[in-house]
Amino acid sequence: MSNSQLTPGIVPARLPAASYEANFADHEPPLDRHEAQVAADRCYFCHDAPCMTACPTSIDIPLFIRQIATGTPDAAAKTILSQNIMGGMCARVCPTETLCEEVCVREVAEGKPVEIGRLQRYATDTLMAKGVHPFTRAAATGKRVAVVGAGPSGLACAHRLAMKGHEVTVFERRPKAGGLNEYGIATYKSTNDFAAREVDWLLKIGGITVKTGVTLGKDVALADLLADYDAVFLGIGLAGVNALRAAGEDLAGVENAVDFIAGLRQAGDRSTVAVGRDVVVIGGGMTAVDAAVQSKLLGAENVTIVYRRGKEKMSASGYEQEHATQTGVRIIYGAAPVKVTGGARAEAVQFAYTEDSPDGLKLLDEGFTLKADQVFKAIGQTLAGVPEGLTVAAGKLPRHPAPKLWCGGDCAEGGEDLTVTAVAEGRDAAEEIHAALTGAAG
Amino acid sequence: MANLESNFIGIKSPNPFWLASAPPTDKKVNVERAYEAGWGGVVWKTLGSEGPPVVNVNGPRYGAIWGADRRLLGLNNIELITDRPLEVNLQEIKEVKRKWRDRALIISLMVPCDEESWKDILKRIEDTEADGVELNFGCPHGMAERGMGSAVGQVPEYIEMVTRWVKQYSRMPCIVKLTPNITDIRKPAEAAKRGGADAVSLINTINSITSVDLDDFAPEPTIDGKGTHGGYCGPAVKPIALNMVAEIARSRETTGIPISGIGGVTTWRDAAEFMALGAGNVQVCTAAMTYGFKVVQEMISGLSDYMDRKGFTDTSELVGRAVPNVTDWQFLNLNYVTKAHISQDDCIKCGRCYIACEDTSHQAIAMGADRTFTVKDEECVACNLCVNVCPVENCITMVQLPKGQVDPRTGATVGDYANWTQHPNNPSVRAAE
Repeated sequence: MSNSQLTPGIVPARLPAASYEANFADHEPPLDRHEAQVAADRCYFCHDAPCMTACPTSIDIPLFIRQIATGTPDAAAKTILSQNIMGGMCARVCPTETLCEEVCVREVAEGKPVEIGRLQRYATDTLMAKGVHPFTRAAATGKRVAVVGAGPSGLACAHRLAMKGHEVTVFERRPKAGGLNEYGIATYKSTNDFAAREVDWLLKIGGITVKTGVTLGKDVALADLLADYDAVFLGIGLAGVNALRAAGEDLAGVENAVDFIAGLRQAGDRSTVAVGRDVVVIGGGMTAVDAAVQSKLLGAENVTIVYRRGKEKMSASGYEQEHATQTGVRIIYGAAPVKVTGGARAEAVQFAYTEDSPDGLKLLDEGFTLKADQVFKAIGQTLAGVPEGLTVAAGKLPRHPAPKLWCGGDCAEGGEDLTVTAVAEGRDAAEEIHAALTGAAG
Repeated sequence: MANLESNFIGIKSPNPFWLASAPPTDKKVNVERAYEAGWGGVVWKTLGSEGPPVVNVNGPRYGAIWGADRRLLGLNNIELITDRPLEVNLQEIKEVKRKWRDRALIISLMVPCDEESWKDILKRIEDTEADGVELNFGCPHGMAERGMGSAVGQVPEYIEMVTRWVKQYSRMPCIVKLTPNITDIRKPAEAAKRGGADAVSLINTINSITSVDLDDFAPEPTIDGKGTHGGYCGPAVKPIALNMVAEIARSRETTGIPISGIGGVTTWRDAAEFMALGAGNVQVCTAAMTYGFKVVQEMISGLSDYMDRKGFTDTSELVGRAVPNVTDWQFLNLNYVTKAHISQDDCIKCGRCYIACEDTSHQAIAMGADRTFTVKDEECVACNLCVNVCPVENCITMVQLPKGQVDPRTGATVGDYANWTQHPNNPSVRAAE
């Protein structure tokens, strides 16, 4: 018998087969040539452009948009990629509404920014569709660098090092390279296996060997890497997940949102991914939104995000929140989980309303209970698997903790935990490594 | 609602908007559709001599340039005069004029530059009851190679001669259409006047190549790998046309000659500008070819609203109103001192004014740390570039320094009107002393 939205429990195939393709289609379809030209024409080519300042990778946005407007999207792509080798993915996943587009002068003037993200995608897609890799390697330096973690920071670091003529080996614990691009991004933001295609395209630079299924501290030790290579870059991300610290957390049906997102990304047939009838997501970030929206798209009847603070404190942007509610997700602000109830499996979550006071968040006596056969924890990831001897401050590694050793991406201090920030940190670490290895300035 | 009725050299039309002689006026079906849409008059597409009609190319006749969102800004064409038999055109003109008595219908003519040809064609059109003739001395492509069109319009003596023949062999009002492909537009206008023309119309199209195909290395529009210059028209040519109209309107030799204004008229505002510079009416082509005949309805409502706002009851109150204010550079007031002022409330901080001034002008705009842009009065020469590049209308304005105030740039006190002819740096002034 077939399942429906009303089937109790966590089950697959709640929707008719045809619905999955539509539900997980490109969240924002690509611009065609004319649309891109019209969108590009809106750019004022600002002096010392605020959008460029707001971009963590400092892409020359006015220049690449002008290159699109004049019919040279390949040149535009090169402008983007020379600053951000993952410009294709960033065009899809960057919260542009809180970065470049937020400060676009046309956003300030009209509430309608130049569509920078979509234009970036147009340019990078155009170039990548040709299978062209626009960069070449410098003469071999004979230096060898180990990169741990094939996520955005590690790959950006590896690419820049390879371009400078160094030999790079990338170690990745998971079966595929890509990191959160491959495992952590909502499916509808990265369709047609884009993350994997981008990795293949990036590796065309040459000089990079990726070894998957290798875990730091288990299969390889940092000390050995430091001994064997001229430099080491750690881009190990945040492999741990914060606990709910509420009773009943161990009940079946209480899961990590990141695991659910990763499972869905890796599922060939989305109808095989099981989802609850009543899904409760606890958290306030992009992971919470991605888990909630995709639960809804998989056919969950009721999906609720519960965030302990107010709307304005939620780290998912206003745009993301709106996207969630438009998909049919309900968002409850100012409530924290007290207890997950149920027998063998989760059946409901009890919440208490909260009050944000100067002394911290206080739980009020007043509360409510939500039916829940599936509960997703999305209250943040933590640094895990830190090699011995490294100092962790405020949950992050230093950017340059020891001679020969650099860190970047979500595991390292500085910036927001975003793909674009990770790319910038990986790229910048590569420049520092290059300078250290060759004695070259800059 | 203001009365838009127009009387141009005795030719009456319900409004001053005529369709210019061009592809839209080649056939009865088009012209009737134009009248139905509301056009006040039509200049029928140019007729040639009796005999085998001209032929056109069978590839593209038009090239274009575009602005944002493919808005057509300039159009060029290599189409010749009507390629339909003369008799067919004459029959249709007659039918249309009988049916549409309240609309103007002018016949455009182009025949070889000899007296017999002109005498003959004028005789043939006599019983069409058309309201007048327009002599096509403007067409710059194809026919000009055969000694007609702009080849005539570029030689004032020919203009005068042919105009004389037309006035000699026809009682119809005669409009001479001028080519802009000439150094001084006043000379052909003077020749037309000497020849007895009742009016001039201008501008015809401008010699042009719209673009080059960078793969085939051929000019556009391309016919089998080759191209030739065409006639350029549309919004892009309006400033050139306005100047030429004004030059004729204010020249002592041609002042008072009625002018039919042509060149990029697209909206009521364009039409009003031509009329303010001395055009008694306007002729339109590209706007209709881009959007269809309905555009005239906006022109009618817009001009009427404008006239109501201004308290004008007749278009004659608008015609020529700006002519006295067109002058020579030497008479401009050098003691009119202004400074750019940036409205901080309206500024969207794009920085275009800053970089334009810093890179290419007078380094007169300061950029603050928080992207606040302010004008340095001691550097500002009031060139207006910042106003022109600012994407926000009226964000930057030019503010006049009152008389008696010191210009911080020059240290001079703003005085009374004084122009170059009175300026101490002018060698002629010194010579006169």
